[in-house]
Amino acid sequence: MGVPGEGLAKGLAVTLKTMTRRSHTRQYPDVEPDLPPRSRGVIALLEENCTVCMLCARECPDWCIYIDSHKEEVVVPGAARARQRNVLDRFDIDFSLCMYCGICIEACPFDALYWTPEFEYAEYDIRDLLHDKSRLGEWMATVPPPPPHDPNGEPSKEETAAVKKAAPR
Amino acid sequence: MPLWLELTIRVAGVVVAFLTLPLIVGQAEHKVMAHMQGRLGPMYAGAFHGWAQLIADGVKFVQKEDVTPRAADRPVFQLAPLVALVPYLLVLLVIPLGPDDLVGQALDIGLFFALAVVGVGVVAVLMSGWASANKYSLLGGLRAAAQLLGYELPLVLAAASVAMAAGTLSLPGIVEAWEPWWLLWQAPALGVFFIAGVAEIRRPPFDMPIADSELVFGYMTEYTGLRFAFFLLAEYVGIVVIAALTTVLFLGGWQGPFGDDYLGWLWTLIKVFAVSFVIIWLRVTYPRLREDQLQRLCWLVLVPVALAQLVLTAAVKIAT
Repeated sequence: MGVPGEGLAKGLAVTLKTMTRRSHTRQYPDVEPDLPPRSRGVIALLEENCTVCMLCARECPDWCIYIDSHKEEVVVPGAARARQRNVLDRFDIDFSLCMYCGICIEACPFDALYWTPEFEYAEYDIRDLLHDKSRLGEWMATVPPPPPHDPNGEPSKEETAAVKKAAPR
Repeated sequence: MPLWLELTIRVAGVVVAFLTLPLIVGQAEHKVMAHMQGRLGPMYAGAFHGWAQLIADGVKFVQKEDVTPRAADRPVFQLAPLVALVPYLLVLLVIPLGPDDLVGQALDIGLFFALAVVGVGVVAVLMSGWASANKYSLLGGLRAAAQLLGYELPLVLAAASVAMAAGTLSLPGIVEAWEPWWLLWQAPALGVFFIAGVAEIRRPPFDMPIADSELVFGYMTEYTGLRFAFFLLAEYVGIVVIAALTTVLFLGGWQGPFGDDYLGWLWTLIKVFAVSFVIIWLRVTYPRLREDQLQRLCWLVLVPVALAQLVLTAAVKIAT
């Protein structure tokens, strides 16, 4: 048992102390928020890297990626016969379905998909949340550089592979 | 100066105080409460730290539809906000701002008048609670009636103590008789008067009649637009009135460390705002008292303390 009224005084002290400290409010529309690295704002597409392998569309848990493509013959001079190449016609992500799990980005074997912290793409109509490849490509400009390697983390796959290769058999 | 001119100036001064002080207190409440909760509060209205927020609120209230429920007792329902507001305007008339008759109307029975008029508030609350034809309003109104009638007693007893000490019922007379050591002598009465005053204007932590988490909004549930704004304004004028009465009765009114003659009004205003700050501070800090705790505090703590203070005051008064 303390002094009677001690708790009341403590309560007053807490509120008074809070008043003298800086408030936690962030003035969002006026001041840009400083988002942590690897924030999951939106998925950007680097079209040149896409080979239309469809892995992302297949791995997507809620099937929100729509891909159309056609094959083109590429005649390489000097080659025995013409090569075939996939050309991407349509690459849409429906962000009204997307749950930001990032599996598509993990699944992409050619680094064509990236997280970007850009988040200001709200729309008045839910149907406008279906974004095509040109819009996804615009977001590539906002992709931050990859964070440096954690010195305490495991060495990267490339590094271990290089060490293995260099090691005498 | 002719009489009519003097009267006009006095009444205009009271009206100006009636219209500005509550707004300042209201804005202070917005900001102080926000910062005590780690927020910023209004920041946009008026471009600089939301200084015009209450004006914007007022404009919004004026634009809203004035709804009277079909089952309501129309004239009573519509009259209640005015009955809530006018008494506080009348009280401001007798509160002295500074020495040398710097008061709306110096009444010899000023204290009596002020307490009597503040007591009218309970009528407005009962009117609104009963006339709304809403069970929440009725519950809120009855709770308010029980609370106001209960807390009237310690309020009056504490005020009586200081009146006894000063030997007058005139508010300027009490301030003139006031001496700094009364802060100690009348300290219990000060506490009782302040707590009972906060309860009298139904501010948190004594907002059981409003109790928005259980009674929607108590006796104000059915009010919209301008009439609701009047109730809100009455609450803020109430803060000013209680702070001013506490200042005048217990904190020495216009008496300050220096320059009482020409800075008296400033000392009064500083004290009024300081007390208002404490009222806001209490609101932010403490949770609402339960109905039984509310009545217990009144009858088992405040009334006995006020009676003991009366005995003490009488004893000291006779001894000196």
